[in-house]
Amino acid sequence: MRNTTRRDFLKISGAGAGSLLLAGPAIKAFSQIAGDDTIHPGEKLHRTPTYCEVCFWKCAGWVYTDKKGRIKKIIGNKDDPHCNGRLCPRGTGGVGMYYDNDRLQTPLIREGKPGNQYFRQASWEEALDLVAKNLDKVRREHGPECVALFSHGTGGKIISHLLKAFGSPNIAAPSFAQCRGPREVAFTATFGEDVMSPERTDIRDTRCLVLIGSHIGENMHNGQIQEMSEAIDKGATIITVDPRYSTAASHSKYWLPIKPATDLALLLAWMHVIINEELYDKKYVEKYTYGFRELKDHVKDKTPEWAYAITTIKPDIIRKTAREMAHAAPAVIVHPGRHVTWYGDDTQRSRAIAILNALLGSWGRRGGFYVPEKAHLPKFPGPAYPKPKRSWKDAFPGKYKLVNEVLSTGICDATIPNPEMGCNLKAWIVYGTNLMASLPDQEKTLKAIDNLEFLAVIDTMPMDIVSYADVVLPECTYLERYDVIRTSPHREPYIALRMPASEPLYDSKPNWWMAKELAKRLGLEAYFPWNNIEELLDWQLKHVGSSLDEMKHLGVKKLKREYDDLYFLNGEDYEFNTNTGKIELYSTELANEGFDPMPDYTPHPEPPPGYYRLNYGRAPMHTFSRTTNNPNLWELKKENNVWVNPKVARIWGLENGQYVWLKNQDGVVSSFPIKVRITERIRWDSVYMVHGFGHKERQLSRSYGRGASDSELITRIAEDPIMGGTGMRGNFVTFLTEKPGKEVAS
Amino acid sequence: MRYAMAVDTKKCVGCSDCVVACQTENNVPLGYARDWITETVAGTYPNVEIEIRSERCNHCENAPCVRCCPTGASHIVEGGIVLVDHDKCIGCGACIEACPYDARYPHPDGYVDKCTFCIHRVEKGEDPACVAVCPTHCLHFGDLDDPNSDVSKAIADRKWKVLAPEAGTKPQIYYLI
Ligand code: SF4
Ligand code: SF4
Ligand code: SF4
Repeated sequence: MRNTTRRDFLKISGAGAGSLLLAGPAIKAFSQIAGDDTIHPGEKLHRTPTYCEVCFWKCAGWVYTDKKGRIKKIIGNKDDPHCNGRLCPRGTGGVGMYYDNDRLQTPLIREGKPGNQYFRQASWEEALDLVAKNLDKVRREHGPECVALFSHGTGGKIISHLLKAFGSPNIAAPSFAQCRGPREVAFTATFGEDVMSPERTDIRDTRCLVLIGSHIGENMHNGQIQEMSEAIDKGATIITVDPRYSTAASHSKYWLPIKPATDLALLLAWMHVIINEELYDKKYVEKYTYGFRELKDHVKDKTPEWAYAITTIKPDIIRKTAREMAHAAPAVIVHPGRHVTWYGDDTQRSRAIAILNALLGSWGRRGGFYVPEKAHLPKFPGPAYPKPKRSWKDAFPGKYKLVNEVLSTGICDATIPNPEMGCNLKAWIVYGTNLMASLPDQEKTLKAIDNLEFLAVIDTMPMDIVSYADVVLPECTYLERYDVIRTSPHREPYIALRMPASEPLYDSKPNWWMAKELAKRLGLEAYFPWNNIEELLDWQLKHVGSSLDEMKHLGVKKLKREYDDLYFLNGEDYEFNTNTGKIELYSTELANEGFDPMPDYTPHPEPPPGYYRLNYGRAPMHTFSRTTNNPNLWELKKENNVWVNPKVARIWGLENGQYVWLKNQDGVVSSFPIKVRITERIRWDSVYMVHGFGHKERQLSRSYGRGASDSELITRIAEDPIMGGTGMRGNFVTFLTEKPGKEVAS
Repeated sequence: MRYAMAVDTKKCVGCSDCVVACQTENNVPLGYARDWITETVAGTYPNVEIEIRSERCNHCENAPCVRCCPTGASHIVEGGIVLVDHDKCIGCGACIEACPYDARYPHPDGYVDKCTFCIHRVEKGEDPACVAVCPTHCLHFGDLDDPNSDVSKAIADRKWKVLAPEAGTKPQIYYLI
């Protein structure tokens, strides 16, 4: 790891701070608690409601505590459609987040001159004062817009509220430009609405589910995996397109082992078959869509034979699968996926998926995509946000017109001084996201950090990003705090409550308290007129016919749909939120901005000889890099391994279980070695690893140095010109069997 | 009454939720497990098949672990559930050796432990913790003598197998294939 010039990468318990963390109150080692055999199964336990924060699915559940108030287990809430009473392994293992003895325990402040810096333990008073002082300084000298927030998860909402009150529009989440952004922009361009989270896919009632690189089952998006299982029971056809024999592929009727980076050719060929064989939903297409003739012409020569040469998928399989989809239509879902920033033409690939769904008439139909609704809670009375004078977009004149969220990589660019921008961003608050793992191109992230005057990090764990902070604010876990009410969209609008099952351990605090305290110091009290969050929640809940007391007993509550229809009504007219009011097969919006109005296949770079495409994905028991140190989940998967086809292993003389270092096309070598897994489940032109491992922060005592970090090896980014997404699947790696001499953190 | 479990290998995704749920339900110390996941891969790319199984004690009808136990700590209760009496167990490990499925582990507190089919839950009419949590609903539990139980229905209309039938233990976990 390259050190930045202003900020040393600090080891939280490193030199100068050796005994710091031992000073926290009542540190209990996990084993002492979990191994306590005075607790017997079947003991009467007390329960409090929560919704899970181990991933974005936010399943509602009950936290069970024993007589002594110790958290014992977390069980799904039966009334919640996100989980139907069953949490996923991460949610079940959420207890480990609470008991993790590596947790951040007290506020920390960076001290010393560059080259000789260390963290000093601080009081909340002192740490918050310092954060406020620095934010205020930026506000006075450069304007409030020069502060940016990176946020992830529920707690980010109140911190975002603080930042908006402060006057900055620069609030980014890596979930857009590094993840689902392309699909949201593509679906909005097509249907006038995005896919939302949880996805509005009606998997429960589908008769055909098409997964394109989406590995449901390895990503445990709880409701989806449950519904997929139900669909399998009901005899639905699953078609999985993946160069890797994923778990989903193994449960599918058809597995299409596609050559990586060629999905768009397959999608075009499917359209060709569906149009040419007149399998599309004629009534639907005629009534609701715009640009069918142009599309028909566009895919005229995109025959399965044409696609075969590109994708290596046989023409008869392309035809057969297209017919299966059409046969099931409209109860068919060509799944939009979630992490879709792959090759830089991702919005166009997502457009192709959207168009295919439109041809099959599945949008707004049972077994396709339902019309979701979410609960709307009123805003607590308070002043309006000030109007920002500048934004991160000023760093990119004329670009990103179709982008309606903030690009986290754009924030990095806008932090590095740039002639287009009057003033670069000067301070960041990073809430609950480990930028070292969630952003590609670490060198750029570090360069941006190097240009910051101030960096505050709020987290529960000493993630890698914490080491670059000037001030660290330790948050308590979701099991120890209230948060805003969950209002995610679903088939019916639901609300869910999270409340503390235990007092915060150590000297950690909830996000809402930090935001309110900072507001006080920044003269923004008026934006936080409630005394505590219970008052805010109760007020909001009473406006939708519930109350805090009621929610403490229910955990989740179903509200009434505002509109009756979960699906389009037969023959009804609908106006879509696009320029033409129709579902745009031909996108007028993209055309206006000078982009291809209909998706086209373009070849992407291929691995040079001796190199293999680096594909990455998820393991069901981990959420990105956030859970790899969780004691319960670490037990299930302690390190990632690199999947290698046996043919490739033979060439390199690799053995199963051997450790290798990976080197990418730019000469970047993984900081830590990774175990080889030789398996027939992967193509010979690519390797695969689970994302989120290879932590460099030693304070993560379990996950430090375990496995390799894919993020570190993703140095080549294919930017999506439409929405600024960072395509990350164009990186290639080779094997080093000997420990490389340099660049290895040890 | 004959308690048994069926595991649908066509639906299990190997997520290990059953493993964590068991750990938190039964205070299984970290580093040990009463249930676990196996994956077998067959074939060559692209003609590959995998089988994922959630495994645990088979509550064998003819249980070598019970036969070899010198103290009588390992015993069989009503419904065929094989249990270990922690107070009687001296931790000699004979049963660990005798079990063909590697289903038992030495608890750090000095006794041998393994899956109990969550008898404390089953007595209350609940499913075992692993069955109750499984997001794919691929675990089915119940009484084989009752044709309407989940497990009876699950094995009635599907092909199934048991593990290591040649060991003659008459295992009671059925894998739907
Ligand atoms: S899917 Fe799993 S990790 Fe995500 S919110 Fe639900 S239980 Fe938690
Ligand atoms: S919880 Fe269910 S799907 Fe997950 S590994 Fe266990 S049996 Fe398989
Ligand atoms: S699986 Fe092993 S421990 Fe369980 S009953 Fe059979 S022999 Fe005994």
